[in-house]
Amino acid sequence: MTPKKEPIWIARELPRCSGCRKCEIACSLFHEKRIWPDASMIRVFMLVPGLEFPHFCAQCEDYPCVKSCPVDALSISKKTAAVLVDNEKCIACGKCIDACPGRIPHMHPKEKHIVICDLCDGDPQCVKVCQEGSWNVLRIVKRRDETAYKLYARKPDEITRDLAARFYGDQGEEYL
Amino acid sequence: MIKGYAAKFLDVNLSAGTIKETGFTDEVLKDYVGGRGLAAKILWDRLGDKWEKVDPLGPENLLLLLTGPLTGYFPGGRTCVSGKSPQSNGVVGSTLSGEFGVELRCAGYDGVIVSGESEKPVYLMIKDFDVELRDAGHVWGKDGKQTVAVLTRECRELLNKRYRQFGEWKEPAMLYVGPAGENKVRTAVVMTKWSHAAGYGGYGAVMGSKKLKAVVVKGTGPLPEAADLDKVKSLIKSVCSEVYEGEMWRRWGTGGGGYYFGAKSSSEPVRNWQEEWHDEKGFGVDKFENRLWVKQYWGDFGCPTTCLKLAVVRSGKYKGAITDNPDYEMQAYLGTNLGIFVPEENVFLTSLVDDLGLCGIQTGSVMGFAAELFQRGILTKEDVDGLKLKWGNTDAFAALVKKIAFREGIGDVLAEGTYRAALKIGKMKKKDLLRYVVHSKGISIGAHGTRSGKDFPEIISYACGVQGGDHTSLTGLPLERNSELMEILNDSGVFCSFNSFSGPQNAKFGFYTAVTGLKLTRKEWCRTRAMKTLQLQRAMLLLGGPDAKWDPRVDDDNPPRFYEPLPSGPEKGKTTDRKAVEKYKQRYYRAVGWDKYGIPTSEALVKLGLKDVDVALEKVRKRIRLNE
Repeated sequence: MTPKKEPIWIARELPRCSGCRKCEIACSLFHEKRIWPDASMIRVFMLVPGLEFPHFCAQCEDYPCVKSCPVDALSISKKTAAVLVDNEKCIACGKCIDACPGRIPHMHPKEKHIVICDLCDGDPQCVKVCQEGSWNVLRIVKRRDETAYKLYARKPDEITRDLAARFYGDQGEEYL
Repeated sequence: MIKGYAAKFLDVNLSAGTIKETGFTDEVLKDYVGGRGLAAKILWDRLGDKWEKVDPLGPENLLLLLTGPLTGYFPGGRTCVSGKSPQSNGVVGSTLSGEFGVELRCAGYDGVIVSGESEKPVYLMIKDFDVELRDAGHVWGKDGKQTVAVLTRECRELLNKRYRQFGEWKEPAMLYVGPAGENKVRTAVVMTKWSHAAGYGGYGAVMGSKKLKAVVVKGTGPLPEAADLDKVKSLIKSVCSEVYEGEMWRRWGTGGGGYYFGAKSSSEPVRNWQEEWHDEKGFGVDKFENRLWVKQYWGDFGCPTTCLKLAVVRSGKYKGAITDNPDYEMQAYLGTNLGIFVPEENVFLTSLVDDLGLCGIQTGSVMGFAAELFQRGILTKEDVDGLKLKWGNTDAFAALVKKIAFREGIGDVLAEGTYRAALKIGKMKKKDLLRYVVHSKGISIGAHGTRSGKDFPEIISYACGVQGGDHTSLTGLPLERNSELMEILNDSGVFCSFNSFSGPQNAKFGFYTAVTGLKLTRKEWCRTRAMKTLQLQRAMLLLGGPDAKWDPRVDDDNPPRFYEPLPSGPEKGKTTDRKAVEKYKQRYYRAVGWDKYGIPTSEALVKLGLKDVDVALEKVRKRIRLNE
């Protein structure tokens, strides 16, 4: 069961990702009531075939995105520790994208505001579908203060390079 | 307007360099749905009156890249590639997995219709409604993996530059051809993601003939709105939960077949179908699994099965080879059919075939054919440019595959595909070589034989199917359960037939209704809508031309090899019963409204509102009567 009172974190094992993108489907169905991959708060990148991985907010310990917002549109949820976007306040300036070490936030494709994972208020839909199909890339864990969550905020190109080394060895570079 | 469609199609003329939008009436979309059905309709409307004269590799042919209303909704989205086939000279609805169809629909289009022929190599880039033709000179000649790397980088940079405020762009989806397509090899395919191919039909050659290297698409919108999203959600759930029950199917994909269909059902091509049995435990799925698969569950958008497996050879002579699985068809056609029983060698050949943009089935078939001629002394070492085409000689087959892709030496003849190569070499050697060709209507038969009676194709499946040897469109009776009318729904939908057969059996009809808002029953589908597609495909297959015309009295049959007794294994001596084929065939003809020669009757056509097809078929009726 999802712990309701303590903040959670979504542990992620990127090399297991099958590329099925069910997380994108579940996320956009939940938040947008549509199947809408580019509006999804979790996005699967596949810059090289075979090296798919979900890219979504890591809830850095120091929340640089929140600090960068010039209009206080971003806040930290007391309940889940997720970054919450106030769509009304957001001016779509993109400063949080540049502040994020992984360039994880992205603009909503149709509306003028940023998109950042809100942990579905403590009951993440992406984790459910990933577990249902037993891919288990995503798993809910308790959030501990000492963990270096920020390590998981990496740019897509960097993650791809790492996975390429793991899966394709020396020749991985050729495909980047 | 019917729900579930973007209701816009791109109409690209490469000769004129124009890009327009087009659409179809609700009536047409209702009857033909999308994908394969709509392809048949578009081809008939645009080329029907001159069909026999249209060169599949000329500028008059169309290349169709079509989705359907269920693409992205039904778990496991696919894209249908079609046109006049340079293999069967009819129409094949050839589908491939990947994100292309979903991206296209999210960009606001249900399909792309490509006509004409570009002067210089180009690629088409679609970003929502911004569509442009771009120079492809720098990727022309590049193999699959290089093409994907260069164009992904280039297009992503372009998106990041043009739409910087969006943040990091994901990769766009891409269909492309390898060198084989550029060189108009008839066994060339349209590919995506390194190893996925729209195989049957030879549409890589059509795309190459148009000098269209790739189509790249990024769509940022949602999927076109469904009529009843809650129903769609519950249907997705019911298909997925049933698929999740099939643990071994998910774990092995079709990769369990390389051993199984040889050892257990005696229906796997071994040495160009001279045998269908083997008991090579070294070719077992566990060998692939333990030695080669670095990702056991690999799939595409929305797929619960993830039947693909990422195979990488990490050491030894073939180090560096990467492909998916190989799936059963590749294990068979680029393995056992060539006398190759070593997993690493099979991965290496499959990877090579992927990179060159060839169909593993058609190319494995033509190489097996050449090797049998070599075995029989019909082709000599000089004939095959000094290659030692012995069974199991992986390096010789690797050299041959390159010759085919670049049309060098003997490769130029074999690049015509098995049927046409047999006619050419037969003429040269003054021998009837068609007896060694395992095809139907110019399309080499998928790796599931009929002789043992233990595999799923029936004895008329290949003989009577409108897509010839295509094992993903097998036909038989009863129509409502066992015919290719069901495949027409998958291929027109356009979605994965694997998730269709491993989920609840009526789910696709429910999906169709939930997405489009239109009622559809199995009965109605089989009697009217799918029947229209079937008759159109049959008509264009029979019209054929210019370089191949089929006579159903002769060509609605299994290849000669399927009537030879199995020479080995527990099913030794078994073969296909010729009388039973003839009887079953006539029953099938009657069920689908064809006369005793296999030509659609006027009555059946008029009832379906296809009077123009009936008129056009007069030519075929005359041709058959003339030869009687």
